[in-house]
Amino acid sequence: MSTKTQVELSKRVSGAGWLLVLAPLLLLGIILALIVTTGGGLRELAGPPVEKLTVQRVILPEPGMIQIEVINDGPQPVTVAQVQVDDAYWSFTAEPSTTLPRLGRSTFTIPYPWVAEEAHVVRLVSGLGATFDAEIAVAVESPRPSASLFLRFALVGLYVGIVPVMLGMLWYPFMRRLSNAAMNFVLSLTVGLLIFLAVSTWLDATEFAAELPAFWQGVPMVLFVSLISLGTLLALSSRRGERTPLQVSYLIALGIGLHNLGEGLAIGAAFSLGEAALGSFLVLGFTLHNITEGVAIAAPVVRVSPGLKHFVALAVLAGGPAIVGTLLGGYAFDPVLATVFLAIGIGAIVQVIWEVGKMVIRDNARAGRPAVNWISLSGVVAGVAIMYFTAFLVKF
Amino acid sequence: MSQSMRRFLSRRDFLRAGAAGAAGLAGAALLSQPSIARPLAQGPGSGHTGHSPYAMEHGAAGMVGEVDNVRNGFDPMQMLVDWDYGQVSILPNGQTLREYTIVAVDKDIEIAPGVFFPAWTYNGRVPGPTIRCTEGDHIRIKFVNASVHPHTLHFHGVHPFEMDGVPGAGPGEIATGQTFTYEFDAEPFGCHLYHCHANPLKRHIHKGLYGAFIVDPKAGRPPAREFVMVMNAFDTNFDGENEVYAVNTVGHVYARRPIPAQVGELIRLYLINIVEFDPINSFHLHAEFFDYYDHGTTLEPTLRTVDTIIQAQAQRGILEFRYRWPGQYMYHAHISEFAELGWMGNFNIVQPEDFPAALAQVGMDETWDRRSTQGATVPWRVEAGS
Ligand SMILES: [Cu+2]
Repeated sequence: MSTKTQVELSKRVSGAGWLLVLAPLLLLGIILALIVTTGGGLRELAGPPVEKLTVQRVILPEPGMIQIEVINDGPQPVTVAQVQVDDAYWSFTAEPSTTLPRLGRSTFTIPYPWVAEEAHVVRLVSGLGATFDAEIAVAVESPRPSASLFLRFALVGLYVGIVPVMLGMLWYPFMRRLSNAAMNFVLSLTVGLLIFLAVSTWLDATEFAAELPAFWQGVPMVLFVSLISLGTLLALSSRRGERTPLQVSYLIALGIGLHNLGEGLAIGAAFSLGEAALGSFLVLGFTLHNITEGVAIAAPVVRVSPGLKHFVALAVLAGGPAIVGTLLGGYAFDPVLATVFLAIGIGAIVQVIWEVGKMVIRDNARAGRPAVNWISLSGVVAGVAIMYFTAFLVKF
Repeated sequence: MSQSMRRFLSRRDFLRAGAAGAAGLAGAALLSQPSIARPLAQGPGSGHTGHSPYAMEHGAAGMVGEVDNVRNGFDPMQMLVDWDYGQVSILPNGQTLREYTIVAVDKDIEIAPGVFFPAWTYNGRVPGPTIRCTEGDHIRIKFVNASVHPHTLHFHGVHPFEMDGVPGAGPGEIATGQTFTYEFDAEPFGCHLYHCHANPLKRHIHKGLYGAFIVDPKAGRPPAREFVMVMNAFDTNFDGENEVYAVNTVGHVYARRPIPAQVGELIRLYLINIVEFDPINSFHLHAEFFDYYDHGTTLEPTLRTVDTIIQAQAQRGILEFRYRWPGQYMYHAHISEFAELGWMGNFNIVQPEDFPAALAQVGMDETWDRRSTQGATVPWRVEAGS
């Protein structure tokens, strides 16, 4: 739009013209007021009350105590009148209130002697007699924040995130000695790894999203946030023209970092369910599964020497979020934020697939190979296969 | 731990990995299962946050808050003793005539503190009025249906077919706005009940259409402090299982307000089970044993020296016992689930000199005391030596 037309437009809209903008809004307000006060002829459509509560979190802070965090994602206020635990009415307190307005949250504290390693069901009974259940599949005391636990969480994040990424990067000197064709294979392999990560991050995000309170519209939110993330990164790159290999590495590290954040969240949450749930075997599984991430980050910079400083930064960017995620998952899990971060991660990963894919295609063109050839294809397939089969270690 | 996290984890399979790999089990995972709501014109009261554990030995067990008896229009404490003798007159043949009016009305009632149930009621209360008479009395009940559903009055007793109060007998179901007068002689003596028999039967019963029907034997029973206890339950979310169990409707009410009685006096309970969905109910008395009169149709106990009995739906009987020492004695269904879901109460057994205080503690007075000790329609049978 030219400066001239902009001026013209603002000229036309200024002054009394603004009233024209407000007029429909004023009318809307009047109609709403009419419907609220008179029913607007819709009284007959007024159905029975609908009560809906979603249990966000169950905490067993100490023996003899259960806490549940609840959100009202229904269309109207809900009052929790009584609480049952295992088919027995039990005393409780509610913070801030037993009445939850729409989108309101409350924490219910129930002094109930739960039995370690056994199952329990907490049932909230509303004023209208509707019931909402929170199932405790296996009761284990929730971990309390302590310096040693904090350190252990951080250590797990380190093993799962930074260590494998750094180990993977140690193939860098080897990769520098590879022929052009072999390097094309490695870059294609990176594309394969990233495709696997994109799919797995998408599945993680949509699973979180599907369980969010209805008003969040979880799955569409994942889609839109991913698209916005992808679009933003693409817009940034088109403004600056061709990316340098180091920039591509950083982008890959960012996408992988967001993916590892999700992995960390899951590990941290599992930790908070009971430390026995997380054997060192599982942590090693993730170390192995994630080692190829280092290869992916190092591959674009094989022909430039970014220096140790950048390698450290890349490793921290890609692996560090696993530590953050583990801590968050263990102490302050927020399903909405988790979904958003994973969705951003999807966009970032798809964008680097695009970037690295371009590198492969350019490389093929320089070598006089077709864009899709057996070297590249086998690289992509190998990348997906490595991720797929190492995932066996972390899925049972 | 949210459900989303649990799902996420189960896909990642940390949980099963941990459970399978290590000796320990995984952790607390949960599912939230919102159930559908149902129509109710009236909203719930304000929230309750205070504790009212029903007994010290149960720690924090029990319901929170109090039921508003005034808003409900009935007080379970009064229901124990509010015998309805009807309008009494003598027929030309010398027979006692008792005339009643029972109106079916739909009404939201508070069945546990803050929990409202869209009940169908007789005379606005659940259970309906306790009809009390003497065997051989002529009973005439004008039934008015002010509910939006068809209903009937079906008595457990002896009566002609057309007075049976079931579809197809006599007037069958009484439609909204219609009236029918049920008429029969009260027999046999005993502890009986009445309820609606319109279809679908299950719903018409569990919605609250039932009441006690006590027929005193002409010979009279020994003097006693008498209470009527109708064991009922409510399926508040209409899933075919009861959320609240009770005696006389309000869950744990006699745990919060123990029923006063005196050391050594004979206590007689008219116990009726009308719980829907569960095959049986039971009554267990703490620290004493009782004699039991199944259906109350005999003057001699059908079961002696027991402390637990079971009743199927509509089964009923009379319990007689005395307490030797003062104390707060518990009684409840010995189906622990029912007890913990509301069917549990206490007697407050005191020395005679402490009785006024015990009455005052639960807001009752001499009238209540008189009703509980002089409720029979015939003089007490005082046996030689007693
Ligand atoms: Cu009925």
